[in-house]
Amino acid sequence: MERQKRKNPVLRTRLPTLPPAARSRVALGLTAAAALGRFELQQCRDCGTVQYPPREACQKCLSTNLAWQKQSAEGEILAETTLEHSNDLFFRERLPWRLGLVKLDCGPTVVAHLHAAAKQKVRVRAMLDRAGQAVIAALPQQETSDMADDRQLREFTCDPKHRKILVTDGKTALGQALIKELVSHQPEIVWVGHAEPWKKFAGFEEIRTLPQVTLVPLDVTDSKNVREVAAEIAGKVDIVVNNAEVHRSFGIANRPGVESARAEMDVNYFGLLRLAQEFGPAMRSRGADGRSSAVAWVNLLSIYALANFPPHGTFSASKAAAHSLAQCLRAEMRPAGVRVVNVFPGPIDDEWNQLLPPPKLAPAALARAIAGALRDGIEDVYPGDVAQEWLARWRDNPKALERELSA
Amino acid sequence: MNALSAFANEFALGRIKVVDLTQTLSPEFPSISLPPEMGQAWPFRIEEVSRYDERGPAWYWNNFSCGEHTGTHFDAPVHWISGKDLPNNATDSIPPERFIGPAFVIDCSKEAAQNPDYLLTRESILKFEERHGPISPKSWVLMRTDWSKRLDPAAYQNYDDEGQHTPGPDVEAVKFLVAERDVLGFGTESIGTDAGQAYHLRPPYPCHYYMHGAGRYGLQCLTNLDQLPATGSVVFAAPLKIRNGSGSPLRVIALVHD
Repeated sequence: MERQKRKNPVLRTRLPTLPPAARSRVALGLTAAAALGRFELQQCRDCGTVQYPPREACQKCLSTNLAWQKQSAEGEILAETTLEHSNDLFFRERLPWRLGLVKLDCGPTVVAHLHAAAKQKVRVRAMLDRAGQAVIAALPQQETSDMADDRQLREFTCDPKHRKILVTDGKTALGQALIKELVSHQPEIVWVGHAEPWKKFAGFEEIRTLPQVTLVPLDVTDSKNVREVAAEIAGKVDIVVNNAEVHRSFGIANRPGVESARAEMDVNYFGLLRLAQEFGPAMRSRGADGRSSAVAWVNLLSIYALANFPPHGTFSASKAAAHSLAQCLRAEMRPAGVRVVNVFPGPIDDEWNQLLPPPKLAPAALARAIAGALRDGIEDVYPGDVAQEWLARWRDNPKALERELSA
Repeated sequence: MNALSAFANEFALGRIKVVDLTQTLSPEFPSISLPPEMGQAWPFRIEEVSRYDERGPAWYWNNFSCGEHTGTHFDAPVHWISGKDLPNNATDSIPPERFIGPAFVIDCSKEAAQNPDYLLTRESILKFEERHGPISPKSWVLMRTDWSKRLDPAAYQNYDDEGQHTPGPDVEAVKFLVAERDVLGFGTESIGTDAGQAYHLRPPYPCHYYMHGAGRYGLQCLTNLDQLPATGSVVFAAPLKIRNGSGSPLRVIALVHD
């Protein structure tokens, strides 16, 4: 994919439109799996038939005992067509559009958006579209280096390539790993926030000298500063990666007073609120601004947002608050097609988790997971084994997890 | 005519100049840095309540927050452990007559320009007195370094791998000012009354330790000290009346006769 020409600044910016978003409640099962990057279809617990489209009763035996289960994504294109006309506002502006019928190895035949390189044998992926709803995309069986450049696929993903990215905190180990990882995805610009610019940080010179990087004195605890930085760059930012966080390992009883907890809330919760208020409106106006439009807002949350980890109790609470606010942000960004990506890592291998035994998530691994989620269009990211295990336990029985974490 | 009406008369005639020694309270102004696992002072922050809008149609106002030791601020004796049990050691209990006093301004700007770790010594103070006369009791001693002219916060804070490098008094200077000159307090332009590397002095942070231990006060983040004469000015420095407060941001002004 060639770098897009700079936008002519006097031209009108196209307003965002969304593909058809209505889904039944049962069909949201496909969306729930796609949000995690999983391909699941309903399967009949009685006769084993895999169902598509989502439904209330088995198409073969009429049993209502259907369960969402991971399915093989292999299949074959039966028929294809290229839309040259559509009355739907979203597709109308994106024609021509290639669609087809794919016969899945697991049984059903599905309607899929066809990648330009998808021929005969394909693998499908359930992906969130700009409306945040799951659709099925058929991709070439073999991954190729330029696969993500496909014009249609790019409508479903938030690929950092050629995009302008803000990383809100460049001072942490994760921040620096994120910057290095994102830079490897050929972004146009990476703005890097650094609060309290008088405090030197390790790795500063290396980050500062990267050609894609521009440092901005962003401090998410300072409303005036966030407003001023947003005034300067919000109209250009395509992807916000909000990794600014304060993490202190205290519960209620082992730290007198509220100051540490307040500092966590001020960055982890109010910081997100300040950023969202100042950067959100400009990003919403650019949800369909050409091939490198505003596409994503990434929040660094924590697996502790799902259930409190008492040794890090106040931090957990601040991340739960941020998670709740991120759901609000998701609802407010969705009309513009801007995806809110929530990241729920287990303990990161950094100074604030020093006393936790491994396994801990390496900052570089977390950075890869975040960039991968953007490229693959995933909305809820549970990177690493600890996060995956906690997620599984939480989905299975939240009360049991609460007890296990407080043991 | 008593002294106050004479003063009012002189003031009305414009013969007394008011010099503002205060930095503007703003979020950008650097705040004190402690190791991150310790408790932290809030920097100055300001949030709009309303601005002639739907939140309040005819009025503009803000909420602000900050620590007691933010911007140009006053240190009360209770701030330091050495002054914790003294009487009248907090912002609300200090007798108000202590908020006004003559100032002696020692110009260390050349030394500080050459050496950011410059320490004011007893000998330098004695040399100052040879030129300007003895420091009178119950006076402020202000250390002029022109540090306030460092407008870039990074240069003002002046950190490197070994921490902060800003000028301040040495141990003997502080002991001398307290014991032999009975000063009201000590004021600086940098972020502390002690030098940036004062943790390594014995005792650590001697200006805090001895001044507050003897019931004396501190002023820091002062500005415009270059507009004051070495002697003859009067400083007004009244902290907010915070109950048992350890310090307070405040407006510091000096009166200078023409």
